[in-house]
Amino acid sequence: MKQLGLIVNPIAGMGGRVALKGTDGREVLARARRMGAVPESPRRAVEALQRLVRLRAELEIVTYPHEMGEEEARRSGFDPKVIGCIRRGETTAEDTRRAAREMLMLGVDLILFAGGDGTARDIYDAVGDRVTVLGIPAGVKIHSAVYARNPGLAGDLAALYLQGKAAVREAEVMDIDEDAFREGRVTARLYGYLKIPYRRQYVQGLKAGSSPSEQAALQAIARAVIDGMEDDFLYIIGPGTSTRPIMEMLGLQYTLLGVDAVHRRQLVGKDLTERQLLRLLEGRRAKIIITPIGGQGYLFGRGNQQLSPKVIRQVGRENIMVIATKEKINSLRGQPFLVDTGDHEVDRMLSGYVRVLTGYDQWVVYRVTG
Amino acid sequence: MGMDMSSRLRRFHQARWDEPIIYELSTEGERGLLVPEVEEEIEEAVGDGVSKIPECMRRKRPPNPPQLSQPEVLRHYLRLSQETLGADLNIDVGQGTCTMKYSPKVNEELARSAKVTELHPLQDEDTVQGILEIMYKMDLFLREISGLDQFSFQPGGGAQALFAIASIIRAYHQDRGETQRDEIITTIFSHPVNAAAAAVAGFKVITLYPDEDGYPDIQALKAAVSERTAGLMITNPEDTGIFNPRIAEFTWIVHEAGGLCSYDQANANGILGITRAKEAGFDLCFFNLHKTFSSPHGCGGPAVGALGVTRELARYLPRPTVEFDGRKYRLNYDMPHSIGKVRSFYGAVPVVLRAYAWVMSLGAEGLREVAEIAVLNNNYLLKKVREIPGASAPYARGRHRMEQVRYSFEELARETGVGTEDVQRRMFDFGVHYWTSHHPWVVPEPFTLEPTESYSRKELDEYVAILRHVAREAYTDPDKVRNAPYNSVVHKIDHAALDDPSRWAVTWRAYLKKVKGR
Repeated sequence: MKQLGLIVNPIAGMGGRVALKGTDGREVLARARRMGAVPESPRRAVEALQRLVRLRAELEIVTYPHEMGEEEARRSGFDPKVIGCIRRGETTAEDTRRAAREMLMLGVDLILFAGGDGTARDIYDAVGDRVTVLGIPAGVKIHSAVYARNPGLAGDLAALYLQGKAAVREAEVMDIDEDAFREGRVTARLYGYLKIPYRRQYVQGLKAGSSPSEQAALQAIARAVIDGMEDDFLYIIGPGTSTRPIMEMLGLQYTLLGVDAVHRRQLVGKDLTERQLLRLLEGRRAKIIITPIGGQGYLFGRGNQQLSPKVIRQVGRENIMVIATKEKINSLRGQPFLVDTGDHEVDRMLSGYVRVLTGYDQWVVYRVTG
Repeated sequence: MGMDMSSRLRRFHQARWDEPIIYELSTEGERGLLVPEVEEEIEEAVGDGVSKIPECMRRKRPPNPPQLSQPEVLRHYLRLSQETLGADLNIDVGQGTCTMKYSPKVNEELARSAKVTELHPLQDEDTVQGILEIMYKMDLFLREISGLDQFSFQPGGGAQALFAIASIIRAYHQDRGETQRDEIITTIFSHPVNAAAAAVAGFKVITLYPDEDGYPDIQALKAAVSERTAGLMITNPEDTGIFNPRIAEFTWIVHEAGGLCSYDQANANGILGITRAKEAGFDLCFFNLHKTFSSPHGCGGPAVGALGVTRELARYLPRPTVEFDGRKYRLNYDMPHSIGKVRSFYGAVPVVLRAYAWVMSLGAEGLREVAEIAVLNNNYLLKKVREIPGASAPYARGRHRMEQVRYSFEELARETGVGTEDVQRRMFDFGVHYWTSHHPWVVPEPFTLEPTESYSRKELDEYVAILRHVAREAYTDPDKVRNAPYNSVVHKIDHAALDDPSRWAVTWRAYLKKVKGR
């Protein structure tokens, strides 16, 4: 018997129809309700669950009470095991996090959750990469790559995974500033990675490394970077799953979402701040190894603010080494790489065309704009 | 009952045999052919036939071929043939980039005549003047078609031609003492084998992405060239079907930087008799005789990637070349600068012969007409496909295309959850091919169609009717498409294995080792 955890964020998606771009924050939610917003996520959760009904005999659903999953499960024809307690009609992000933590402790095979970017961040905060999860898209804006392309496909993919027919990959959880988003600016940064079931075509935009050939490309990139390492250079390794294989191949500890430094193949700094980086750079030549954010293309200024204009100037443009798989470049759909360091002069210096290492002795020449 | 002419949909069902691998059919001691015992006086005269072979050349263990009777072998291969969708069986416009045109059977008759099949490559030149003449004249035709100065037919296909081209580029720079030139530039919509062949030849590869309109980005080229540039290896028109109008500027920029320029004309079907490699500034090119020049592909060969170069580079061609002194044709092995051999002997002679016959039957005007009809057919198809719900042709909006188009079902996928690979499997249910794209996909949910000059309007309409039907199905009954095929040989295949060397098994021995753990 497989166990499926189900979490519905009942307020996700309410802002969309009334053009409020998300429901983070109590006030906005109240405003959405006043404007006549109705919940989107319950309907979408049911749509996904209906694809799983045929597995009912071999599948137990574990969920939270009422609108957080129980009702949706029953409406889809399941008899779920209900855990936890909530205040009906007043659910919060903490409810989502608690539900995910409890499901993790129960050892469920997969957590299926309906929500948006905020829900994905709550799930990430609660369980990290300790259990496989999958999102049913129900939020207003979805920048995270942990969601299926539509609710029906979420159900299909969950079924495939529970039957052992889908692989697992890491997918980005993005943090979007909703206040800025309402003003028409998208400022996203990488928040973390969740483990999701993966079959191409079922999930949103290919972002983090996934297919075996892309994994092989990442290994080849790491090998090329390491083979090219010179003893008198300090190597500043930026965040992300693309740079991680370099550290793994060197057998070094790394900070997935932070900046580490390597000298003569030894770790000389971990999860460094701007100040620590500047200190390390004193009297030293250095290279920055950086990768763009998948699906967005930011090289500097999102999720790696430690690599400040000062640090970039110190290192010099010629010593910035951009790495990315062709899959990642393709996910940008022709949009150039972006830099937003907060210093126009540095942004200008970085603009133009850059060589991107995409494999061993393989490069792409790609445009960068400020 | 025949097909429904109103919908143009066939009720096709492919033969399905679940045919085992031939080794699994093997029975110890079974024979297809019984070789007679050697008579005593023969054995006395020549010995056992083995001991004269030097010890070091003899196998330690006997070979292990499968053991079957003749009818078993015959059934096996006939069944396998029924499980394929060959070019003579379907309206083969779905294999874009492959130029699946009709290969007239009369040319096959010629290639199968004993005059060809009984030739031996080690025969004295005096006894093979006819076939040497054909090879020489085919060379002259291709000189005229490309504007370049000499061709070799030795490469056994496009990839090998490109490997030879990369080797020539390397030899050229080495001779000039410019060994620091170790970078080849290509574009993402060129055939990917340009990058692959250059890498195998030891070059670093730099790939350019298109600009917003889908044209190769000339600014990116300017940023890419340097004193390390060895050459440019590109396709034009690219896989999008878009012709690069600034191609002469591209070759100029690379020449200025000191590099050579190679034109991948594997598929020249849209430009025969219209544009030439020479005028576009190229130093090297190749034509796939099994594509544009109508010789069949033959399931991966034998094929010919006819490799052409300028006079300056002719000395690097694979040896031997076929020469003519006004009286006699001969094979020239005296080429000290040659990159050497890339294949045994002179290339796949029957392929050259078929291509020669095809060119002779069409003449110069006919070749141009081929290109014009291929382009017309393609633009007719483009208009029809664009009318299909969920389908689009990214880039160069409002413009015509050359001989093929890389389309996208992105909108279909977004609206229905049915992707191009689902459509592909469903197309097989109606007995036609449908190809997506090289990996990784640049165009989302891609499909690539190339109608060539061979198909009539009626046939193109039939293909479009099937495609339209599948797209509509995606909107009305997406599961039907997602769960396809129903009438084909195999169901869904796990593509991940194709990406995973630990799961490849291209020989029986590898299969036993990797899959069976023996």
